Amino acid sequence: MRSPWSDDRAERVLGAVASLVLITIAGMVVFVFAKAWPSFAHNGLGWFGPPGHGSVDDQLTNIFNSPADPRRYVYELGAWPLLWGTLLTTVGAVALGLAISVLAAVFLVEFAPGPIRRVMQPVVRLLAAVPSVIYGLIGILVLVPFVGNHLISLERKQSVLYVVQLSGSSLLVGVLILTVMIVPIMVAIMADALYAVPRTWTEGATALGVNRWRAMWTVSLRAARPAIIAATVLATARALGEAIMLSMVSGSQGFGPNPLDGLTFFLEPTRPLAATIVDNAEGLSVKPFGQTIYAFAAVLLVSTFFLSLGGWAAKQPLKRYGTAG
Amino acid sequence: MPPPIRRIVVDETPTVVEGAPTRPAAAPAPRPARRAPRAGVRERMRIEGLGVAYGGKPAVRDVSLEVRAGEVLALIGPSGCGKTTLLRCLNRLTELTPSAVRTGRLVLDDEDVDRFEATQLRRRVSMVFQQPNPFPMSVFDNVAYAVREQASRRPRKADLRGPVEEALRRAGLWDEVEADLDHPALRLSGGQQQRLCIARALAAGPEVLLLDEPCSALDPRSTAVIEELIVSLADELAVVIVTHNLQQAQRIADRVAFMYLGELVECGPADQVFSAPRSARTRDYVSGVFG
Amino acid sequence: MAVAAAPRERAALAEPSPSWRRGDKIAVGLCWAAGLLLCALAAAIVLYMGYKGLSLLRPELLWQRPQASADQSKTGGFLDPLIGTVVLTALGTAIALPLGVATAIWLSEFARPSWLARAVESGVEVIAGTPDIVLAIFGLVLFQQSFFAFLSLTAQGNAVFGRSFLTAGAMMALVALPFVVGSTREALQAVPRHVREASYALGKTRAATIRRVLLPACRPGIATGTVLGMGRIVGDTAIVVILLGASLQFSRVDGPPVMGDLRGTGSTLTSYVYNNSPAGEGNAPEKAYAAAFVLLLVVIGLNLAAGRLGRGRAKWKS
Repeated sequence: MRSPWSDDRAERVLGAVASLVLITIAGMVVFVFAKAWPSFAHNGLGWFGPPGHGSVDDQLTNIFNSPADPRRYVYELGAWPLLWGTLLTTVGAVALGLAISVLAAVFLVEFAPGPIRRVMQPVVRLLAAVPSVIYGLIGILVLVPFVGNHLISLERKQSVLYVVQLSGSSLLVGVLILTVMIVPIMVAIMADALYAVPRTWTEGATALGVNRWRAMWTVSLRAARPAIIAATVLATARALGEAIMLSMVSGSQGFGPNPLDGLTFFLEPTRPLAATIVDNAEGLSVKPFGQTIYAFAAVLLVSTFFLSLGGWAAKQPLKRYGTAG
Repeated sequence: MPPPIRRIVVDETPTVVEGAPTRPAAAPAPRPARRAPRAGVRERMRIEGLGVAYGGKPAVRDVSLEVRAGEVLALIGPSGCGKTTLLRCLNRLTELTPSAVRTGRLVLDDEDVDRFEATQLRRRVSMVFQQPNPFPMSVFDNVAYAVREQASRRPRKADLRGPVEEALRRAGLWDEVEADLDHPALRLSGGQQQRLCIARALAAGPEVLLLDEPCSALDPRSTAVIEELIVSLADELAVVIVTHNLQQAQRIADRVAFMYLGELVECGPADQVFSAPRSARTRDYVSGVFG
Repeated sequence: MAVAAAPRERAALAEPSPSWRRGDKIAVGLCWAAGLLLCALAAAIVLYMGYKGLSLLRPELLWQRPQASADQSKTGGFLDPLIGTVVLTALGTAIALPLGVATAIWLSEFARPSWLARAVESGVEVIAGTPDIVLAIFGLVLFQQSFFAFLSLTAQGNAVFGRSFLTAGAMMALVALPFVVGSTREALQAVPRHVREASYALGKTRAATIRRVLLPACRPGIATGTVLGMGRIVGDTAIVVILLGASLQFSRVDGPPVMGDLRGTGSTLTSYVYNNSPAGEGNAPEKAYAAAFVLLLVVIGLNLAAGRLGRGRAKWKS
């Protein structure tokens, strides 16, 4: 009979496997930063600033075309338009998504009639599982032509012709589809949290003569604040990392939309960091280019880290008065 | 570190215990001396032929009762007799259960209760629950909650301090929390939380106060404090309390209504129901034949 | 009116308001709008994809191999991408399942020293939060090191290609890992203490308890996590685009039969859809819709299965 494993052995083996996972992740982080370092070192703080002359894409092309001699690698980069595009799409989608999700979650938990609620619950979960490439497909085959043909007039195109081409692939389409992508998972998390609020609190509020909406707003939503924060952090991480869908619909130019352009601002193309990485992935074998791409990945990693940190910090003051979970 | 909380000390005269008491006599122990019967009692709410059924199963059958300001009305009876359901009808909380159907008439100050909105009714008829349920907020926010919700314009915190202090004083909690009104309500002790819930219910200025077994989850010392509180509140409000503790009913009630299997068996002054009940069933329950 | 003294103060706070203020009604209206909007969006996506898919999906597409021709819209089907999806998912799951279950068991039953346990927990969370594109390029550079040359093709000049089913599968395992770990831990924590204690009282070691008592009890939870992870793998595009090469058909590497295929490149449904959309080179939107429809069905099927498995979880309430 095979001798059974001792507890010590089992613990060591399992611990080794768990540590392997940890090492992989730690290795990944270290690796990305190590590879990204030259790009930051050469540009200093100007890495985060605007591209000097020409556009970011021109600079990337120059880096790609660097001479083979390591001492003459080109690293010059001002990634501001990419950072600005990332900021716009992420903040826009999360702000819009948060508002819609909170309201939809309240509807699902409190106001929806029985049949609608029974249909909505599985539907929301299914929507959260739809792959991003399908959203991208619908975006690029339906929304982008719609915006390009019907929402962008010829005059508008002329007005910015010297700077950028308006083709329908735009900030607007990117933010809208990104919002649709992140809303389902936020609604699911918030609805679960609202269901978990103890009935004693909601009954107590009702017994004091507040209507259903006020009871929901002052008691349930307040108690569910940690879940709302968690859902927002999750959605922001998803929005930051969304590469494929945005590369399909928000434009393929490293252009930073200009708010001073008025309404045209929403129709200008942009390309957030993650989409930039996907669009430029073939060039990874060229050393300086690869390092620049890794610099983008490093910025994404740092952002997700600070995002989690921010979420944790936001939850701390809520613990003082007690919450539903 | 929040400042230490001073506790209300209840008079403790040590009693000498002499062996195990013999089985109590059929008649209950004589009630402790009470104040003179109240003056100025008048009718606040009237229940006429009330019936409640949950999904076809009746919980309350044809009950008619009066609730009067200036006195404490105790609803007593064994488990499942419908006393809690009856209490929850008084502020239309039964409507939260979809399967509940209510028949009969409820009148508050000569107005049919169904004529105005449930939320308006609940501002005038407040309820305190069995388990203390303070909101996850500070003490101040808890007590100010109803006042804030009922004001038409957002009141300033300075304006709220008055009503909050008054409610906390009436609930006998002011001395213990005045040092730190921002203390999280959930960190108070059970008895303090229940008094906070009473203060919260009082802050909105109700006319009727409903209490659903408010002391059943508390220790004897807190119970004594709250019972004293209830008696003092009855001077101004109509108080209805559901209790399964007969001694408690004896201590604090002015009128007692005994319910059995959803029906109102007997209702009358507490003295009379406990010492000379009219119905045999009442006598059996009150003397402990069944519980 | 109340006999109490309260009305004195109340008068100072202005008259009481109606129970439903205008702002409250607007808020409820907005809730309805948001809820119905969500339903409408879901219906629109499902109906549109259904309509396009059913009208454009011909059965031959499912068993024909893609042809390498200039005009993609006329020729070939997507058998290779379909098989690619299956192979990749199987690979990723095969790696993620044992790793994830082992990690979850260690975290739940042992977890000593505690700093290591916290670090591993954070590590899994970091993986869950990392964008798949970052995982993809990390994998690319990692597997282009000569140490990992056995996983993919080595071109002339000793440049390791780094792109193959094996490398993509390894990174896909990272994508599925947090789901497996999370579900397994939840299932393990749901087993009441007395079950473990009964087993120890009978003299069984911890290892035996885990193997004979806990794991079988957690099977539904593990299955749920695995199926959820598979759903994520099936739907992932970024890792495929970067780590699986851009070949439409399977492109094997010389060597033993199965290993040669796995070390070669190919495509999956997701990369097929991406390449055939206007964003890629294929420019055959009809095929893209058809493939996207099949992809959607697979993903929905996997999630329904996960939900069914979750409901079948052993109820411990006695």
